[in-house]
Amino acid sequence: MNAHQQPTGSAYFISPETAKVESHTLSVLVTNEPGVLARVIGLFSGRGYNIESLTVSETEHESHLSRITIVTNGTPTVLEQIKAQLERIVPVHRVVDLTVRAGQLGQERPIEREVALIKVAGTGESRAEVLRLADAFQAKVVDATVGHFIFEITGKSSKIDQFVGVVKPLGLIEVCRTGIAAMNRGPQGM
Amino acid sequence: MTDTADNGNRMTGAEIVLRALKDNGVEHLFGYPGGAVLPIYDEIFQQDDIQHILVRHEQGAGHAAEGYARSTGKVGVMLVTSGPGATNAVTPLQDALMDSIPLVCLTGQVPTTLIGSDAFQEADTVGITRPCTKHNWLVKHVDDLAGIIHEAFRIAQTGRPGPVVVDIPKDVQFATGTYVPPSETLAAKSYKPKVNGDLKAIQAAVELMATARRPILYTGGGVINAGPEASKLLRELVELTNFPITSTLMGLGAYPASGKNWLGMLGMHGSYEANMAMHDCDVMVCIGARFDDRITGRLNAFSPNSRKVHIDIDPSSINKNVRVDIPIIGDVGHVLEDMVRLWRALPKKPEKTQAAEWWSSIETWRARKSFSYKNSNDVIMPQYALERLAAATKGRDTFITTEVGQHQMWAAQFFGFEEPNHWMTSGGLGTMGYGLPAALGVQVAHPDALVIDIAGDASIQMCIQEMSCAIQHNLPVKIFILNNQYMGMVRQWQQLLHGNRLSNSYTEAMPDFVKLAEAYGAVGMYCDDPKELDDKIAEMIAVKAPVIFDCRVANLANCFPMIPSGKAHNEMLLPDEASDEAVATAIDAKGRQLV
Repeated sequence: MNAHQQPTGSAYFISPETAKVESHTLSVLVTNEPGVLARVIGLFSGRGYNIESLTVSETEHESHLSRITIVTNGTPTVLEQIKAQLERIVPVHRVVDLTVRAGQLGQERPIEREVALIKVAGTGESRAEVLRLADAFQAKVVDATVGHFIFEITGKSSKIDQFVGVVKPLGLIEVCRTGIAAMNRGPQGM
Repeated sequence: MTDTADNGNRMTGAEIVLRALKDNGVEHLFGYPGGAVLPIYDEIFQQDDIQHILVRHEQGAGHAAEGYARSTGKVGVMLVTSGPGATNAVTPLQDALMDSIPLVCLTGQVPTTLIGSDAFQEADTVGITRPCTKHNWLVKHVDDLAGIIHEAFRIAQTGRPGPVVVDIPKDVQFATGTYVPPSETLAAKSYKPKVNGDLKAIQAAVELMATARRPILYTGGGVINAGPEASKLLRELVELTNFPITSTLMGLGAYPASGKNWLGMLGMHGSYEANMAMHDCDVMVCIGARFDDRITGRLNAFSPNSRKVHIDIDPSSINKNVRVDIPIIGDVGHVLEDMVRLWRALPKKPEKTQAAEWWSSIETWRARKSFSYKNSNDVIMPQYALERLAAATKGRDTFITTEVGQHQMWAAQFFGFEEPNHWMTSGGLGTMGYGLPAALGVQVAHPDALVIDIAGDASIQMCIQEMSCAIQHNLPVKIFILNNQYMGMVRQWQQLLHGNRLSNSYTEAMPDFVKLAEAYGAVGMYCDDPKELDDKIAEMIAVKAPVIFDCRVANLANCFPMIPSGKAHNEMLLPDEASDEAVATAIDAKGRQLV
């Protein structure tokens, strides 16, 4: 692994990685027990995989199941290996590479959505401009004073990036994002 | 005892531990007491079913349990205290993880109320051992304890075997709870290892094998782990197909070294014929091995023209380092059974002549005699010492363990293993200090067998304290030190890579091993004369006590043949070509970066 890194002074038989790096979204169904998230993220750090986004929450209370959504990147070989390594973790029930699955279903991508809270402070014309922009992006005001707004915005990561970009010069204070929640289109479950 | 006639399943956590071990068939336990496991030690004191072997360092407990496990096929069990007890267990846990050895490690923990308070001898054991175990648990409630221990045994020995840790706080050991037997324990639904291979894939593999003109079987520790039946099936498969067979360090003994199809070990210090055959083959069948970097050499030059079949119980081993054409996920034993049956059922078996040319190439490579060395009348050559040791133990039930380094590679090259489970060595992690405690574990399991730790003078000093354990428990292991007064493999690499600047690889202030043996109450022997070697070895074997045999060998011998780093299988450095100049220039500037 880490084959894309240049050999340093003390490695082994490293051959340069030529395959293209892709970004994939994985859904991981796990038993909700102490330490399970540490096992998953420890695997990523221990084996040198990347995490672009990570969300986790209990999804089935009675059966103690949580669903972890991870956006990661790597060459196709590395991505295959990440899936296999995740499946070795004892409390992991199921791993689905949503990006691969979408391809098999003839779709471009799985549905991927994010929620963000965005705080903007300002007065006068910029304040009115922020509201107009929020309206265009369908961002909801969830808190406000005469000096600030907090918006709630839902959508693809790119849409949130764009909204953050346009309000930045208008008094952006802080941003909090949930990371990506994802599933495949169509009637089947993961 | 809190057992009462009307409720036999109510007992303390410590009693639950002993009962659970007994119900999982444990007869021996390797451990070291301490504050956080005193209640369990108190229960050990009050029973006779399980024998406790007191080591002198927790690392020793782990390696002893590994040796025990590898020589019996059973789970090895160790018991250590919290904090330093657990951290000292980390090395054997990682060792067992890398070599797929079933190990259950019970650790004491500070009371649940003190966890997180930086209490005396507290360490985050589950956190520290998470990456070096197959799974681990912190037991927070006494009623969960029995179920977790049963599950620990199941997970350690099924699928790809490995180490597990059960961390038991002291208050849980004192608390009273209900014992649940293994049969009534709910198994984790998420853990379901696949043991049977896909029949279609096996059929495809058999058909591919039947077309091979240059076939090879490349086997590994997975065959040993699958049990003695798998070794029998492997031998049957070789007999049926007449394929040449090589093995990794971990798989030695699955096919007998005296077998006519045996090519010797492959890899960095493997035989010329094995590596050349791997490079030139057209069909490779990898059985329970994992294409480790010491095996493959330069990956982009690894067996370039072969179609590859890979049998492994761990799906993550497939396509990890080398892409294969036919992956078969399953237990080696089950898959080999199907493979043998399907081969027998082939409508048209390959003609005997199909691989005739291949065998004649192999004979040419064999004729290079890549393990040859120049013997001497004045000094004992390390290879000669091992040949004589092998000759002296022929026909006896002999178990060999090793430390790590040149002596380990020479042992693998020269000993000649005929049966599985008789060769214990630290392959993946390469743990110096493994051999002596592992030998103790083997001797505990096989009290009447001859158990020899083939050691180096540097490695042996890493767990030498276990001599006390050998004496206390009357374990007559033989420690055969190939003493060249160097960390031989380090010195060899410094010669190859660093202009022979022998930085810190000379062992200054070497102890007198004979006196050291005597200080422990064992027998010490010394030999530096090739003419006396046979008699002294015979004497060592005859002694009914632990022996440290200080065998003084040529100081500067190198371990050949060798695939220099950055090179492919067909670019081996052979002993007859290894002049000082060839050795000095074997690895070019680019290769130097890659070692």
